[in-house]
Amino acid sequence: MTVLPTNPAPLPYTKDDFVSGAEVRWCPGCGNYSILSVMQRTLAQFTTPKEKHIFISGIGCSSRFPYYMNTYGFHTIHGRAPSIATGLKCTRPELTVWVITGDGDSLSIGGNHLIHTMRRNVDLNIVLINNEIYGLTKGQYSPTSNKGKVTKSSPDGSIDYPINPLCIAIAAEATFIARTVDTDPRHMGQVLARAAEHKGVSFVEIYQNCVIFNKDTHVPITGRENREDRALYLEDGKPLIFGKNKDKAIVLDGFKTKIVELAAVRDQSNLLIHRENEPSPNYAYLLTQMEYPAMPVPFGVFRCIEKPTYDEMLNDQVRMSIEKKGKGDLEKILYTDDVWTVQAQGKKS
Amino acid sequence: MPSKIIEKELEAVIIRFAGDSGDGMQLTGDQFTDTSAMMGNDIATFPDFPAEIRAPQGTLPGVSSFQLQFSKHEVFTPGDAPDVLVAMNPAALRVNLNDLVKGGILVINTDSFTEENLKKANWNTNPLLNHSLKDYSLIQVPVSSLTKNALQTTHIKLTEVNRCKNFFALGLMFWIYGRTLDHTIKWINEKFGKKPEIAEANVMALKAGYNYGDITETLQARYLVKKADIQPGVYRKITGNEATALGIVAAARLTGKQIFFGSYPITPASDILHQLSKHKNFNVKTFQAEDEIAACGAALGASFGGNIGITSTSGPGVCLKSEMINLAVMVELPLVIINVQRGGPSTGMPTKTEQSDLLQAMFGRNGDSPVAIVAASTPANCFDTVIEAIRIAVKYMTPVFFMSDGYLANGSEPWRLPKISELPQIKIEHPKKGEGPFLPYARNEQTLARPWAVLGTPGLEHRIGGLEKADQTGAVSYDPANHHRMTQLRQEKIRRIAGDIPPAEVFGEKKGKVLVLGWGGTFGAIHAAVAECQHEGKPVSACHLNYLNPFPQNLGEILKNFSIILVPELNMGNLIFMIRSQFSAGADPSFGGAEIHAVGYNKVSGQPFKIREIKEKIAGLL
Repeated sequence: MTVLPTNPAPLPYTKDDFVSGAEVRWCPGCGNYSILSVMQRTLAQFTTPKEKHIFISGIGCSSRFPYYMNTYGFHTIHGRAPSIATGLKCTRPELTVWVITGDGDSLSIGGNHLIHTMRRNVDLNIVLINNEIYGLTKGQYSPTSNKGKVTKSSPDGSIDYPINPLCIAIAAEATFIARTVDTDPRHMGQVLARAAEHKGVSFVEIYQNCVIFNKDTHVPITGRENREDRALYLEDGKPLIFGKNKDKAIVLDGFKTKIVELAAVRDQSNLLIHRENEPSPNYAYLLTQMEYPAMPVPFGVFRCIEKPTYDEMLNDQVRMSIEKKGKGDLEKILYTDDVWTVQAQGKKS
Repeated sequence: MPSKIIEKELEAVIIRFAGDSGDGMQLTGDQFTDTSAMMGNDIATFPDFPAEIRAPQGTLPGVSSFQLQFSKHEVFTPGDAPDVLVAMNPAALRVNLNDLVKGGILVINTDSFTEENLKKANWNTNPLLNHSLKDYSLIQVPVSSLTKNALQTTHIKLTEVNRCKNFFALGLMFWIYGRTLDHTIKWINEKFGKKPEIAEANVMALKAGYNYGDITETLQARYLVKKADIQPGVYRKITGNEATALGIVAAARLTGKQIFFGSYPITPASDILHQLSKHKNFNVKTFQAEDEIAACGAALGASFGGNIGITSTSGPGVCLKSEMINLAVMVELPLVIINVQRGGPSTGMPTKTEQSDLLQAMFGRNGDSPVAIVAASTPANCFDTVIEAIRIAVKYMTPVFFMSDGYLANGSEPWRLPKISELPQIKIEHPKKGEGPFLPYARNEQTLARPWAVLGTPGLEHRIGGLEKADQTGAVSYDPANHHRMTQLRQEKIRRIAGDIPPAEVFGEKKGKVLVLGWGGTFGAIHAAVAECQHEGKPVSACHLNYLNPFPQNLGEILKNFSIILVPELNMGNLIFMIRSQFSAGADPSFGGAEIHAVGYNKVSGQPFKIREIKEKIAGLL
């Protein structure tokens, strides 16, 4: 969790303070540039000292991220960043720990850690950069690639059904779930700031463009000419409305969502109102099921609820243990009631 | 007491309690051990049980046993063959009878020798009726029905009554060996504190068993084993896993650091996690991870944060952790990996002991990836050795393997408790912001360790990772010369640990015909066998290694002075492989060109060495 400044005093940092100076080695045009830049700018909005931000990543293009942040960083191994971040956060709860991962890293090889980190509600900010392809290994289909995707390893089209990252997050009952896109820096900045402020696990999916191996994969949804009709920007407490003219809305039709013409809705109370803090995960799950091309794809904060965090509960148990038993006494734990003494005088020659 | 009962004094007794895995034999053995230890005997134990929690009742695979030796002398093993076998059912008799010494005492629960149980244990005829047990001193006791009679006045269920029979048997053994009941009564009352009627029933069964010995004339002799002539001090009984957990707790205090213990349940290591999870007030945090990888990852994350990360497992878990351990090698952070070895490969034999993971610890990672390896030699020695692993890890900024095994983990012995003030203080220093940029891969001239910056320290922000690092700056580097240099530095750093550990010691003459070289949990059997040989005047010495990588600096000198190096191992030749590769003319010019003549003695049965086996092997070489 990170705290936004409450007084108007000048902020201690500018974006440049978060630039490490290491040469950035992503391909020209890679969506990661925008994500990096927005992250640096976002952190500069906070008063949290630079040395308290920790970036931990796995393996893949996106996982080079920590090298470019002028903070503490750890580029770990494939899929395992959440586990390393968990151990860190449990022992250093005062730090703000970011996990930077990709679709292959966190949903394929690291799927297990992602699920368990989210269900434990460890206070981490997980940023999943989703370009629906393996970039660093040069273009194989990933767990989020569409079925039928032709890649180097699927010349006849992928026969894997894709996984929906946000569904996984909801199934694991993550307490903060959001989606944004690399081509919308303003929205991305807002979402990342919200993720940083959230206490508990924050899971942010960022649609990202891999210019080399999966160019424009998100354009049908997020392209400038498409997004007003195909993307739906979530606003807490407001009805789900979208379209160039803000003329379409979402209503419930049994267990599904349905698009209606706003003008045709007589009773406004029938409109689906966005509630980030809805305790049941069912509503957020419905949102994740809104997929292109049948439905507009939601962006923004799907879910934001409060729940005690793992690190907080662990440290509470430590505190309670000390309150109950006192600070551990090594003498007492070694010399228990069961000891016996062998006397020197009883010793034979 | 009937007058004809005779009392004999014995030097040592080996008892094996055997029964169905639901019969409470581990508990019975444990209680006998505790009482014997508190009465001043030296003891060593060997619990042996199936992996199944409740194998089908009465069957051979369901037999669980607990062997202990208690003695008036120092003992090093639970003994080769039991002098006394308590068999609670026909299956237990079938599995264990062959081990009992001829003329040994055989205590039988006759009630369980029903036709059905005999059949389950493959006895075609009842061995109690056909004189097939005539070589043993047979004591037939209807334990189940006597227990039932004794508990007539209680109001507990019949199934619960039946569960008390192990205490009856224990009571009887306490009488035969002149043990006191008070420790076990106290234990029962604490254990069943919330169920006083069960506690009462168990105490009644215990006393009934004791009195049965006292008042019936079935038994003709009682035996006495006097207090052991052991080093004065304050003692407590300890298993290897308990000692490991306590060593970790102690290390939190000795280093002044928070310890983070990440683990995933696995036999036979889980008890370390169980123990530590009770000690949160000692600055030790435990984390039961989703898998072995995460357990190791979380530990490494804690080390990254400036605390001490430890992970525990057994061989199969080490396979999964390997990539994470390798990351720790690359980023040069402290990490202790506890491997409580068991029978392998693959799932192998989870509850049986083996020491076949030494080469896995040594080489089981991609690239040139040196780590330090230490191994405990007795249950109590786990305490000192795990502290040593932690000391090396933080001083040299490296992963360290701490090797234990199933035999050490569950076996117990009396532990002469150390004075807290005598424990080593482990000093850890962290860098602070200085002049110029922080160099995360600058090195301590002496240890070659890199600085351990604590996250959150202003001005030391830096990035580490699994990609090759540039010397000094730690920036990602593909420079060929740099990679060569960094590989050498990582190797040299581990080598230098040799200058910071105690020299190996020789038990016996420093020069001679045979040196028995061992490591880890085989210490007891080797030491006892060599001691007996020396007593018989044979030119045999022993050397037992707690440090496996690097070896103590004087090891080569020691090896040169013997014609034959016998290397007994519970594997197909792990240590001997390392010895042959390091101490040969080709591998080490400083070795002087002399070849050592190493002979392996390999046993992979899931069982520890017997003293006799090692003695026979030695005899064959003389």
